[in-house]
Amino acid sequence: MSHNGSKPTEKPKFAMYWASSCGGCEIAVLNIGPKILDVDAAFDVVFWPVAMDAKYKDVEAMDDGSILLTLFNGGIRNDENERLANLLRRKSQILVAFGSCAIEGCIPGLANFSSQDQIFDAVYASVSTDNAGGIRPKTHTTVPEGILHIPEFYPVLKTLDQVVDVDYYMPGCPPESHQIATVIDLVLAVLEGKAELPPKGAVIGAGDSTCCDECPRQRNVKKITKFVRIHEMDAIDPDLCLLEQGILCNGMATRSGCGALCPQHNAPCIGCYGPAEGVVDYGARIMSALASVIDSRDPDEIERILDGIPDPAGSFYRFNLAHSLLRTGKVG
Amino acid sequence: MSEQFEPVIIGFTCNWCSYRAADMAGTARIKYPPNVRLVRLMCSGRLDPTFVLKALSNGADGVLITGCHPGECHYLEQNYKALRRYHLLRRTLIGFGIEPERVKLVWASAAEGVQLAKQIAGFVDEIRALGPLAWSMPSKQQLVAEPSVMEEVPA
Repeated sequence: MSHNGSKPTEKPKFAMYWASSCGGCEIAVLNIGPKILDVDAAFDVVFWPVAMDAKYKDVEAMDDGSILLTLFNGGIRNDENERLANLLRRKSQILVAFGSCAIEGCIPGLANFSSQDQIFDAVYASVSTDNAGGIRPKTHTTVPEGILHIPEFYPVLKTLDQVVDVDYYMPGCPPESHQIATVIDLVLAVLEGKAELPPKGAVIGAGDSTCCDECPRQRNVKKITKFVRIHEMDAIDPDLCLLEQGILCNGMATRSGCGALCPQHNAPCIGCYGPAEGVVDYGARIMSALASVIDSRDPDEIERILDGIPDPAGSFYRFNLAHSLLRTGKVG
Repeated sequence: MSEQFEPVIIGFTCNWCSYRAADMAGTARIKYPPNVRLVRLMCSGRLDPTFVLKALSNGADGVLITGCHPGECHYLEQNYKALRRYHLLRRTLIGFGIEPERVKLVWASAAEGVQLAKQIAGFVDEIRALGPLAWSMPSKQQLVAEPSVMEEVPA
């Protein structure tokens, strides 16, 4: 896609926004090193609340479609997030769901296991909170100077594509910096007319296989008789598949792209690159795979082996709950 | 007639045993409740947990999984795979606040039409006692895009 601005000398515009997220995606972008200077040279950064001062009204004043590329990270937790998603969709030619939160809910999406009341109870009424007055957030509060507004907290966390049309998906928690650099290079090449954009809806900055395919550990026929957690192990074989050692590793359902970083450091894949190509429900894929390799035909023994996974729902849907079949934030 | 809750149940049956058992029940004019909609798989080992979750998220109140008796799988041991998936699935559903009793595994050979019909009737009663699948939070209507898809499936 070429930039169709009225002034040919004007640089294309770039924006990045964080909705319900931790800020790790922004750090990952800055972590691309000197390439960030290429971004600055090629783009006019018009809106990036983490990096520079900007007001929502400045974005509202821009022409529709005037921002070439927006990287949107974070899930849609409240009406402010949703308003910005709609605003940036309108102003952007290319809107990228950037990182796990925007794509599938990620850790903030785990709140979809709980109701709004349960969440508020945990935050405002648990032992860790000093809130003698039992104050709960209200969207409108009247003070002598006028009415104060805070965003409305939604009952469920929604993903970006559950509220607006998304052009591309860039997975990861956060996306790996070398993948971000590759995508930036691609966009720059497109601007110079040397490359074409991938088809709309594509997953960019990741592979189309699984984490296991990138993992250098040795894999054999799996026969699992016991699940263990890392801290329960005396030593981890550095060369053998973690799952074969009884460690719950989600690599087989997870999209490739990170280079199997965690398994290479004796930590199991927890699934931050999201579902692999063709997976409808991430947790279901893990259940399917794990149950296939448990080495027992006896219901009691199977139950005993499964006791080694204390929180199956949380372990299988750590990143994907808001996009899962049972707890999707989709409002129909 | 009182307005009794009629659950929608999706049954995944194995081509080599339970699907034929259901067929046999029909041939022998053995009645079972029309609440269950059977889907034929080539083997219970073909049952991807995704099918169960999709059924539940699209309006089913219960899911019945049927396969050949242990040791009698047409594909040697794939029904054990179904057994393990069933156990894991039930544990995961608890995490979602869904009663694990909504998913049931039944072994039925091709000759067991009577037994299968009895199992289906019993399961329909169990689900009727549990009531409609209501999420502990938020309401199903908020979460499911097409809540009534299953109502269009002919019994």
